[in-house]
Amino acid sequence: MNGERRRTAAVLAPYTVWAAIFIVVPLFFVAYYAFTDNSFHFTFDNITRFFTATSQVTNDAGVTSEVRTYLVIFWRSLKLAVISTALCLLLGYPLAYIMSRAGARAQKIMMILIMIPMWMNFLIRTYAWMTILQDTGILNGFLTSIGLKPLHIIGTESAVIVGMVYDYFPYMVLPIYSILAKLDTKLIDAAHDLGCNSVQVLQKVILPLSVPGILNGITMVLIPSISTFYISQKLGSGRFFLIGDAIEGQYVANNLHFAAAMAFILMIILLAAMALLKYLTSRPRFKTVKGAVK
Amino acid sequence: MKTASKIYTVLIFLFLFAPIAILLVFSFNEAKSLSVFSGFSLKWYRELFRDEATLASVRNTLLLAALAMVLSTVIGTAAAVGIEKMRSKWLKSTLSTVTDIPMTNPDIITGISLMLMFVFVGRFFGLANSLSFWTMLLSHVTFCLPYVILQVLPKLRQMDSALPEAAMDLGCTPVEAFFKVTLPEIMPGVITGAIMAFTMSLDDFVISYFTSGAGFQTLPIRIYNMTKKTVTPKMYALATIIFFVILALLLISNLTDDPEKDKHN
Amino acid sequence: MKKIVCAALAAALILALCAGCAGGKTRTLNVYNWGEYISDGSEDTYDTIAEFKSWYEETYNEKIIVNYDTFQSNEDMYAKLSAGAVSYDVVIPSDYMIARMAAENMLLPLDFKNIPNYSYIDDNFKGLYYDPDNAYSVPYAYGIVGVIYNANEVDEADAKGWDLMWNEKYSGRILQYNNPRDAFGTAMYKLGLDVNTTDKAQWDLAYSELMTQRPMLYGQVMDEIYNMMESGEAAIGSYYAGDYFTMVDAQADTVDLQFYYPDPTNYYIDAMCIPSCCQDKELAEIFINFMLSRDAAVANAEYTYYASPNKLVYTDEEYLDDLGEDTIAILYPETEDFAASYNAYAYRNLSPETLDYINTLWENVKIN
Repeated sequence: MNGERRRTAAVLAPYTVWAAIFIVVPLFFVAYYAFTDNSFHFTFDNITRFFTATSQVTNDAGVTSEVRTYLVIFWRSLKLAVISTALCLLLGYPLAYIMSRAGARAQKIMMILIMIPMWMNFLIRTYAWMTILQDTGILNGFLTSIGLKPLHIIGTESAVIVGMVYDYFPYMVLPIYSILAKLDTKLIDAAHDLGCNSVQVLQKVILPLSVPGILNGITMVLIPSISTFYISQKLGSGRFFLIGDAIEGQYVANNLHFAAAMAFILMIILLAAMALLKYLTSRPRFKTVKGAVK
Repeated sequence: MKTASKIYTVLIFLFLFAPIAILLVFSFNEAKSLSVFSGFSLKWYRELFRDEATLASVRNTLLLAALAMVLSTVIGTAAAVGIEKMRSKWLKSTLSTVTDIPMTNPDIITGISLMLMFVFVGRFFGLANSLSFWTMLLSHVTFCLPYVILQVLPKLRQMDSALPEAAMDLGCTPVEAFFKVTLPEIMPGVITGAIMAFTMSLDDFVISYFTSGAGFQTLPIRIYNMTKKTVTPKMYALATIIFFVILALLLISNLTDDPEKDKHN
Repeated sequence: MKKIVCAALAAALILALCAGCAGGKTRTLNVYNWGEYISDGSEDTYDTIAEFKSWYEETYNEKIIVNYDTFQSNEDMYAKLSAGAVSYDVVIPSDYMIARMAAENMLLPLDFKNIPNYSYIDDNFKGLYYDPDNAYSVPYAYGIVGVIYNANEVDEADAKGWDLMWNEKYSGRILQYNNPRDAFGTAMYKLGLDVNTTDKAQWDLAYSELMTQRPMLYGQVMDEIYNMMESGEAAIGSYYAGDYFTMVDAQADTVDLQFYYPDPTNYYIDAMCIPSCCQDKELAEIFINFMLSRDAAVANAEYTYYASPNKLVYTDEEYLDDLGEDTIAILYPETEDFAASYNAYAYRNLSPETLDYINTLWENVKIN
């Protein structure tokens, strides 16, 4: 088995070296900035500031209250990211399933077709969405031409969510598809033979088996979408201030140390959340499912 | 059920391609506007083909994305195989946590920290210009890697581990067993990983900006920097052309592919 | 498909290898400028960089490579230069950034023997706060902020001063900047405060003003303002005079954009400088001198629509003719003492404490 070990080490070596140099070392730079002040003296101020800074917020009823600035910003970012991720999953799962049941040629074509829009530049895509969603935009032009009332979408939460769902959609569909594509069809047939109806097959066989794909999709949509800033600026007409906006703003305000601290805290929170997610999904219930494949 | 799923698919693709339709329409706009259509004209296409700098940036972008895709797919797939085989639970979870890090950091922080590192190393070796095409490529591979690994790992888990063992019992070397048995099994994951890596690289602006040296700009950098005025319809024309080129490649590759292969599925 | 991918990759590799082998004895100039800020030959305009190359090669009988790169903001440019990550020979930052870079020894004093065309720069643009001794910079373009409105929606009578951007009558139709410095600027000019004050109480006043305005806004935008004003999506916003003309060129039939200067208002100047990382200072100066020559200067002024501090431009018959009397009247308003207004109202480089304070207020505005 010594040979096997050596081979494992050999295939891991390039990545381990790579990760050490290009992921871990830059992380030390981030940490160094996060825990120092402008003159590079050690400080916890940046970290405490994230949790303690306050702002005045006036609600729709005109009542003003004091809130923790960055916690509120983080909470809002998380909320939008979770909604977008859920929508991606809801809309993407059926498509991934349909894809995986299509012919080989159709699968290939659909896979590329899902990705093509992402090959147009992000900024250009977002501008195109503005042209569609504006009050004077294409969608409202269409609605009024068929006699419906125009909708005010741009600058609302919905517009930001549309933009996020659009930009992250492929990252939800493709991982689920790649799992479903090689699902053993015999399992489904067996379940049918044992008297399961389609809903039961989906619930008891297909869905549990696609958990790794779903998890991957959630990871690749939820995490990047939390720190996005462009979509909120363009489609949200600058009305939504997310954690990505805050970090970018600190950088522009020549406060790289606090920007690094925010990124550092964000990273810790997200890594912890993912560890929890991995732990929860590796519980026995899913283990048996894994066994079922063999 | 069949029609329902067909309608569903059509609706989703309508959503995905709605902005592309806008790009297409406004690329023929006479005025320099992305929201007011004032008349049909081919002038932005003419402009595009005369714009050496933009065409050069397209070449740079494609070159960078292709290389980043190949490197990250090879390293990432190998890494996934290694991670899956690792015995130590502790090492395994450490490595997979490290893998997630590039995704959790906002681009601006990743970009600046990579830049600072390259400058640091460059100073150490006494280089005047620390940043170049290569630092950009290293950065791109770095943020593409997690996407590849995340695609390949679940496919490895899904695969019956008895398969490569059986192949080795039948006389295959471990390397042969990997290429003949494991790789075909995990191929869907490798391909989606590669496509994602290509896409991420193609679309990145922030990290590219901070890690690029003088004289090598990519298309996203050019487009994002058009903030003094605004993005010109020339870029819409470019997007439209890219779209049709990909579509054409897709059609050609489907016509030339061996139809026999489909029957096995 | 495999074949196509393989062929593409092989081609890519060859390209990559060739990128490094274009050596030889040539001079290289690296220019760092804002995007869309130079006449680049599009729409049959003058191609500044190409013209410079051929002029140089003819005059000096020597090959030259010009790398022309762009940045998106002063801060992005500063981040890369201050890290020592790249070397550029010519950069074109804005005034306050020039002051900061000069203070941090990031700029080299210019040798004006190599820039004889500097004599064409109007005296109003010499000795300004960001470069009091005219040591580091040669002005490239300048602009004044004004209010742009859609005359089909806004009453002529309301269109004066900063008040229009706070007018409840047009609630939901107003655009504000989406960055702290410019947004606070509008409020401070409206209140008659100093935009460079270190007095926190004054920033607080501006903050209240922005909070009053926030419910009336259509949104807070940057370059999206072009599309929004052109299509009539919003009716009021403030931006630079030169940008107003870019919008007018593309406005919809239903929109009639008009423009005026509130008083006081913001002035900015972008100027050509040589950063301390420069590798070929003489060549950089030759380039700066070329940028001041008649053809290049007129072409750039026409392309960007911003006002030029160069006498060769604003006295040029062809330029005046091309732009027309009305445009010139707006781009070059008659000011009694430009330097005095500029020094009083332009943004200056603020201390880290003040910047942090404004940014905190800004975050407070934004989370509401």
